[in-house]
Amino acid sequence: MENLAAAEQSVERLSIDDSIEYLKANHSQAIKLDDRDGYEGVIVDSDMLVDIARVIRDELGFDYLSSATAVDYLGEGDHMEMVYHAYRSSGGGALVFKAQTDREAAEIPSLVSVWRGADFQEREAWDLYGIRFPGHPNLTRILMWEGFEGHPMRKDWREAYYEEEQKPFDSRWPGGHVHRAEEKNVFGKNVSYPPDIDLNRLMDTSEEAVYQSLGLGVDIERIMDKDGFETNELVVNMGPHHPSTHGVFRMLLTVDGETVTSLEPVMGYLHRNHEKIGERNTYLHNIPFTDRLDYISSMGNNHGYVLAVEQLMSLGRKYNPPTYRCEALRVMMVELSRIVNHLWAIGFWLNDIGAFFTPVLYFIQERERILDFFEAVAGSRMMCNYMRFGGLFGDLPERIKSVSNLTNDRVRDYNTMQFLTEMINERIPRTIDELEVLLTQNEILIERSMGVGILSAEDALNFSAAGPLLRGSGVAYDIRRADPYSIYPELDFDVAVEEEGDMYARYRVRVTELRESVRILKQILPRLESTQGESIWADGKPGAYAPRVPHGESYGRVENGKGELGYYIVSAGGRGGSSNPWRYHVRAPSFINLTPLGHMSKGHKVADIVGILGSIDIVLGETDR
Amino acid sequence: MDLNLQEVNATEFPVPVELENNIAITSLSQLYNWGRRNSMWPMLFGLACCAIEMIATASSRFDFSRFGFEVMRATPRQADLMIVSGTVTKKMVVPIVRLYNQMPEPKYVLAMGACASGGGPFKEGYNVVSGMDKYLPVDVYVPGCPPTPQALLYGMIALQRKIDGQSIANGDDVPWYGEGPAEPTPVPVLGPDIIDPRQMDMIRRQAESAASEMDLLGQRELPALTQLVAAKVETAQAAVAEAGPVDEDALSVVLPTGGTPWAEAEDIREKRRLRALARKALRATRRTAQTEGE
Ligand code: SF4
Repeated sequence: MENLAAAEQSVERLSIDDSIEYLKANHSQAIKLDDRDGYEGVIVDSDMLVDIARVIRDELGFDYLSSATAVDYLGEGDHMEMVYHAYRSSGGGALVFKAQTDREAAEIPSLVSVWRGADFQEREAWDLYGIRFPGHPNLTRILMWEGFEGHPMRKDWREAYYEEEQKPFDSRWPGGHVHRAEEKNVFGKNVSYPPDIDLNRLMDTSEEAVYQSLGLGVDIERIMDKDGFETNELVVNMGPHHPSTHGVFRMLLTVDGETVTSLEPVMGYLHRNHEKIGERNTYLHNIPFTDRLDYISSMGNNHGYVLAVEQLMSLGRKYNPPTYRCEALRVMMVELSRIVNHLWAIGFWLNDIGAFFTPVLYFIQERERILDFFEAVAGSRMMCNYMRFGGLFGDLPERIKSVSNLTNDRVRDYNTMQFLTEMINERIPRTIDELEVLLTQNEILIERSMGVGILSAEDALNFSAAGPLLRGSGVAYDIRRADPYSIYPELDFDVAVEEEGDMYARYRVRVTELRESVRILKQILPRLESTQGESIWADGKPGAYAPRVPHGESYGRVENGKGELGYYIVSAGGRGGSSNPWRYHVRAPSFINLTPLGHMSKGHKVADIVGILGSIDIVLGETDR
Repeated sequence: MDLNLQEVNATEFPVPVELENNIAITSLSQLYNWGRRNSMWPMLFGLACCAIEMIATASSRFDFSRFGFEVMRATPRQADLMIVSGTVTKKMVVPIVRLYNQMPEPKYVLAMGACASGGGPFKEGYNVVSGMDKYLPVDVYVPGCPPTPQALLYGMIALQRKIDGQSIANGDDVPWYGEGPAEPTPVPVLGPDIIDPRQMDMIRRQAESAASEMDLLGQRELPALTQLVAAKVETAQAAVAEAGPVDEDALSVVLPTGGTPWAEAEDIREKRRLRALARKALRATRRTAQTEGE
């Protein structure tokens, strides 16, 4: 008996390669190595997928499903593929497994019974790719509305403004002719409607029809029929226009008096087709688009993306990793964004639980200083578009000049290093101290947030929660430590973790992370001093305008303010690689962190729901993409 | 704050210097506008990235309350100004139009950023509306992605100037002082794609012609198909004829120097566009006819 336990223990610690060997040895009939050029992991026979997933989770110990996404290989094998990245919560690399299916009548068994975190991601794959997931509890569209025609991410689905498969479009480059899409393709006239369209039904303005036409997904019948007029449960719609949903997010609550009995998140109101556009773009084109994902921390978004593409580039022959100064600058920018992000998150969460707009004004003030710095370095306050493959947009400027000529503006003309030193050593710590003095032991705050919105450690892992949500539930999983990248291994900092799993724990995690970020920044400063003059480009000069990226797949992930931000990128095409991604997927922490929202909200009062949502800290640009 | 009477004074009626701080002579319109422009309450309503800069504009460093935008109201019933701060998606435009309809008049719309003004970086996407003005009347456009808070402030002040120029005596300026209740903006419908109720007829025609073409192709009735093609060729030719010859030289003179009246230039351009369309249609129909012939 003991032996068996010991054996299982050791299986749980097998390296990735050995884990694959283990799978092959024990389930040879269902497993095939993925031997495509530049690919990794295994291809699982889709009939056996659920069983193998259980083996991967329970025997091999990969208990955290980071990402599940679809790829359409039209013309490259003509099949659909689901790609799963599973990790161990104790750290280490990914076990990648895939399941393939036919393009027509695409069907892959659902993994929701194994990882509930697959729920929304499978719905997204159904919505955008038209893959059915037998066994999924609620396989409905998630980003587009019910009734939308087609599955838009399929390679053969064309949008109204379609011009060509890939950029740069012939009409614009190299000829340099700029024209606006509408001139050739007038809005409203470039859409087609199916012959059997039922306009009368669509124009029906009865309440029920209005609800349905809005794509609200409400099952009115269920509510109306239940006990006739005697019904005690009420459906309340919150959003998409609601001040506490942090953007255009919507929640459908069923309430019994003040108590919430069920909650269903509804999203897609900011679905901007990031991935479809991203697959038309060149690799470089995508960097400014990533800024607009989690628009509070654009630097972090840049970082994840360049890491993923650099991973792919390193498969090629000529590849130089970024210089030390470049890495140090990247880390500094990312940590500053994390500070912005957490201040913003805490501030708006306080808004939600009643401290309306006073605290957040102080935090925004601090954010402004950091944005001044970003503006001086990258040229834009919010959308920094700062990182490049193998380098950065530019080095630090000599001096920082604030462009805002306001009377209360204390930033005018500063030596950059002096400005940074003051900010990191004095200003930010002072703000954090102030915040802690006023809030951490504040009785109202504690009363409102302790014991509310509890998520246990097992649930958090199973729901694929990430970031402060996961760490607030007692799982010390921070990618900077668990699967390190950049220069984090040599930096001295702790992973913030709290056991309780309630709103207060998440608040505490964020405050600790603020302090840890300052600690990291303090270590970065001397590194910047000592590398002064070093090139920020791997090759000593700016990288190629349209780099060709070798054939293969990569998954680059970073610990962003809101949690694990991952980019899954496939470069298809011939031996020479491609200049446009075949697949560009964003594993958005805000999106996946919403999966447990319904679970966490059950049984709480309506007034707590907004707080619970705030404590997850979502941003809609990333949720809906 | 002290009331600055100079601000309301209509200059054509001089007030004695010693009474300047006590008396103002002004028109009703002006007084009215003065009140309105200094108490524009924006709706607390954010769509995307631009909303973050809007919040920054509202907070202490930039603080649009200084200019009379006092507080943001979460309910449309208490708001005068809708700042469309971000990407308008097809799914979201439905609630936005409903919100606009719920705002009491007089009401204004400010399109903040590239997305709200014209679709922005995401325009080519399948779920993005290329600009708020496809559905709502927009008063001020603020360019930028995102506009800086300064730019937004500038846009808001531009709106105030627009209000200054309006007159309650002129129904064209301020349609809401006309008689009877205002017509609500038709709310778009989410069908197979987004449907603008104002285009219902066009959509019906499109769907019908799609259906009839499908019938024809389905039955492979060549004579009927040829007829259809012939009809299309005819319409196209008619369009070319109607457009008339284009004086290309005139156009090239017009644009840089502005020598020809603007309307004429527009006319030539319109003709050119029509001709191009017609030529394209001709080519397409000929191609179909050819392939079908084979
Ligand atoms: S204009 Fe730019 S910043 Fe504003 S919503 Fe659009 S993408 Fe975001």
